[in-house]
Amino acid sequence: MPVPDEIDADLLNTYQRGIPLESEPWAPFARRHGISEQEVVRRLQALQEGGFISRVGPMYDGKAMGGDTVLVALAVPEERFDEVTELVNSYPEVAHNYRRGHAYNMWFVATSDDPRATAAVIKEIGERSDLEPLVLPKLEEFFLGLYLEVQAP
Amino acid sequence: MNTAGSKHEPDDETIFRATQGGIPLSPHPFRDLAERLGCDEAWLLERFRQYKSSGQMRRMAVVPNHYRIGYRANGMSVWNLPPEKVGELGRRIGALDFVSHCYERPLIPGRWEYNLFAMVHGHDRSEVEEKVREIRELLAGDYLDHTVLYSEKILKKTGLRFRTDK
Repeated sequence: MPVPDEIDADLLNTYQRGIPLESEPWAPFARRHGISEQEVVRRLQALQEGGFISRVGPMYDGKAMGGDTVLVALAVPEERFDEVTELVNSYPEVAHNYRRGHAYNMWFVATSDDPRATAAVIKEIGERSDLEPLVLPKLEEFFLGLYLEVQAP
Repeated sequence: MNTAGSKHEPDDETIFRATQGGIPLSPHPFRDLAERLGCDEAWLLERFRQYKSSGQMRRMAVVPNHYRIGYRANGMSVWNLPPEKVGELGRRIGALDFVSHCYERPLIPGRWEYNLFAMVHGHDRSEVEEKVREIRELLAGDYLDHTVLYSEKILKKTGLRFRTDK
């Protein structure tokens, strides 16, 4: 379903580029559209409630959060897929887990405050599943963009 | 503006924890946040500017739900690039609008021969394929191999957050 109207589309497009670090961050947008700041806030709330917005706030760098995240892949035999999914998902250190179309068909992110704890969890998953995890830590992060243009209805 | 009550300066972890779920949706979100943290709004805004310049914060932004705004396809493109070029090329690929996560990861000889990961978003799979071709063209001769892994199912998805039990 498309976003409700053109102002909403512009709201999403404008503020995914960045929210000004100013006391009245919605004021320029409100002026541009001839609406009140309160109206901008109402629209943001409605877009969030409607599921168009995941969150409004700072996007912190993973490292700045003090945590350690590692991408791990497993090549899981099809007949064991559900069983291994259950095992992997049972760890609170596993944040995301996706099935992907590849010989390595299970991809998850293991994270914790302590790199040794992350390594121990991955090792244990390998032992308990009897599969050899492909362990891919982040060496460098290149993050500058991501801007997904929203079309007006 | 001077307001009543003692002002203190919350540490980074307190600020991260207070904002990881988002900022208040109000006409003065930073004033409301500062009030909650018991600090000064101008001081807090300056702190965020510092996080941004140090790279601890990529930006303060509205994060759309990709799927809900129509970007229903995503492909994890993985590339084998010359090691001495991966930094420069990674920055160029990470700067593309349609790329979200872009990371250098290790090659594991015989098991995994791709050292750059770039998540590509599109309205459908053919758009993702088109964007992947765009990356391929940008790389020109600095290229050894690539493939795209499409997600077939979300098996688990929880936010990357501080633990709340400490």
